[in-house]
Amino acid sequence: MLQLDDMLIRQTGFELRANWSLGKGQRLAIIGPSGGGKSTLLAAIAGFVPLAGGCIRVDGQDIGPLDPGRRPVSLLFQDHNLFAHLDVAQNTGLGIRPDLRLTKGDLARVAGVLARVGLSGFERRKPAELSGGQRQRVALARALLRDRPLLMLDEPFAALGPALKAEMLDLVAEITTETGATLLMVTHDPKDAERIAGLTTLVADGLATAPEPTAALLANPPAALRQYLG
Amino acid sequence: MKPAGWAGIAAAGFLAALSLGTLAVVAVRAESGAGFGPADLAAIRFTVTQALASAALSVLLAVPVARALARRRFAGRGLLITLLGAPFLLPVIVAVLGLLAVFGRAGLVSSALAALGLPPLDIYGFRGVVLAHVFFNLPLATRLLLQGWQAIPGEHFRLAAQLGMTSRDIARRLERPMLRAVLPGAFATIFLLCVTSFAVALTLGGGPGATTVELAIYQAFRFDFDLGKAAMLALVQFGLCAGAALVAWMVAVPAAFGGGLDRPVARWDCHSLASRLADAAALALVSVFLLMPLLMVALSGLGGLADLPPGLWRAALRSVLVALASGALAITLALALAGAVMRMEVGAARFAGLLEASGYLSVAASPMVIGTGLFLVLFPLADPAALALPVTALVNAAMSLPFALRALIPALRDVERDYGRLADSLGMSGAARFRLLTWPRIRPAAGFAAGLAAALSMGDLGVIALFADADAVTLPLLLYRLMGSYQMAAAHGTALVLVVLSLGMFWLFDRGGRFHAAA
Repeated sequence: MLQLDDMLIRQTGFELRANWSLGKGQRLAIIGPSGGGKSTLLAAIAGFVPLAGGCIRVDGQDIGPLDPGRRPVSLLFQDHNLFAHLDVAQNTGLGIRPDLRLTKGDLARVAGVLARVGLSGFERRKPAELSGGQRQRVALARALLRDRPLLMLDEPFAALGPALKAEMLDLVAEITTETGATLLMVTHDPKDAERIAGLTTLVADGLATAPEPTAALLANPPAALRQYLG
Repeated sequence: MKPAGWAGIAAAGFLAALSLGTLAVVAVRAESGAGFGPADLAAIRFTVTQALASAALSVLLAVPVARALARRRFAGRGLLITLLGAPFLLPVIVAVLGLLAVFGRAGLVSSALAALGLPPLDIYGFRGVVLAHVFFNLPLATRLLLQGWQAIPGEHFRLAAQLGMTSRDIARRLERPMLRAVLPGAFATIFLLCVTSFAVALTLGGGPGATTVELAIYQAFRFDFDLGKAAMLALVQFGLCAGAALVAWMVAVPAAFGGGLDRPVARWDCHSLASRLADAAALALVSVFLLMPLLMVALSGLGGLADLPPGLWRAALRSVLVALASGALAITLALALAGAVMRMEVGAARFAGLLEASGYLSVAASPMVIGTGLFLVLFPLADPAALALPVTALVNAAMSLPFALRALIPALRDVERDYGRLADSLGMSGAARFRLLTWPRIRPAAGFAAGLAAALSMGDLGVIALFADADAVTLPLLLYRLMGSYQMAAAHGTALVLVVLSLGMFWLFDRGGRFHAAA
């Protein structure tokens, strides 16, 4: 479903290669040392970082020429996933129409997904009136509406406490099961990978390794991963 | 290229035509003019000397004031800092009226001197021009220096206290190096502002000994109708401004509108009685110097409200319309330019720099030069007097553009930094992106910029004096004519109306921008 063909990202003093693919509905954790290129990998797939070589395919189609907004992906950042001056319903509704000209039917769908992530009745609140976890739920609700085949999370729960983070990860797992979306998730915590991601890739030393089953990888880590895990 | 890019290029082209194009027209015309007479040379000499004196005095006097503000906490400190921003919005002619009420021949100081049997002050000529320039620029210099003081990390003062450094040690090790870095920029900025000063020279100067180049252009125009001479002088003025602007740019002018000035730095070295008294004296003197003229404007204005001249409200309406048009135009131009600059910063950085520079061209181009050029272009086509108001709005918009850009470009950068990728990934573009993201977030900056443009245009007495005939009078021009015919009660009333409208206009835009704005 997602194919990285000899993909090469080159920035000043930094290189990252990847050459592997991922099937539909699979969940991949991306781990590795900071500065290794985990976020850059997601940014390249999302269309924010140009490739120096190779290509990225989704369902066989090269997505290189597409603008970020036209790519078949939803991306959640660690913060700034919501516009501070728009309310919850508007922030969510952007997932249906980026110009926010919403019909009654659209608004009903917004209410529906907000209920799905446990935020019924929060429609008129501004992001500043929400907790960190609630803000990320809104972003997830919007991703549900956008219904892109690829959901990418760039450590969106890193600032949450352990219990809340586990809850959010379970919500992500449920949502991807429902929509059949493929998941890519950057994390620095191997426990996150164990909790919901069947596959894991290690991004270090200029290479994103081919995905391997998480349990087997963590049970018998190769040298680079051992060094990271400490 | 996307439409927004073209709008920016169009705006830049328009501004270049306005400042450089008019200069070219002027240059062609100047060739047919006669050479310089002694009066012209005197005007050049006066322009430079008064600007040097004004800048030097403003900056030197600002040092003790800024130091006192930087190291003292007291009730009313925030208010005083706000007051320091007021002269910038004050119509020049109103300030002159206030200064005359305090320092003039029949003013407060002269009356006090007369009671002691001393002769009255005379503030017409060099002294008056410098006095008015210090009134306007001492607050500006103080704000610039205060920023310098607050840029010294508080930890440095803490460390100095631990090491037992005295005020003198601190001055030598911390404050003087900062002043060496900040003073040249402040000096150059104020020098530039004083070189282009017109209304002050018009009201307090004049005559062979006290005419600025800007004023000489106006006189060649209005009284002699010698376009060749006006054009020659306009070229000289452009050379002066461009030279001063170049120097100012080379010594890196600090921004005058940075926030955070309300944060006093903790100090442990200045508890001595002498330093307290010195600071108190500096602050008291500057407050009196700034407040007295303002107070006199308010008091005599209230008295003059009974004598408001006929035609006042029509003039007020004209001024308000000009100010609104100027504010709208400044914001439109600034948004087009800033948007294109942002768009091209990635990939075409040099071109983006060129675009941004076009917005600052008006700093080097004086209003009189632009006015002369526009007059030369329009004269064969239409009656310039009929176009007085549109031209005033246009020139004032261009003049306030540097401030608008300084407010808008950082705001736009913040929007892109915080939300650019999110908006891209959601596919927000074009008008929807502007409506849903950009505008709501930059509205406070835009309101401030529009308010500034409107207030400056409201109080402008420059281009309008060049173009207007008896019919198209604005409030500042009406006030000038009342002063010229010694109708002082009517003048005071008019001044109060003008100042209330100017500040009100700024307040309205600034508040409007921040009303219900998201944090």
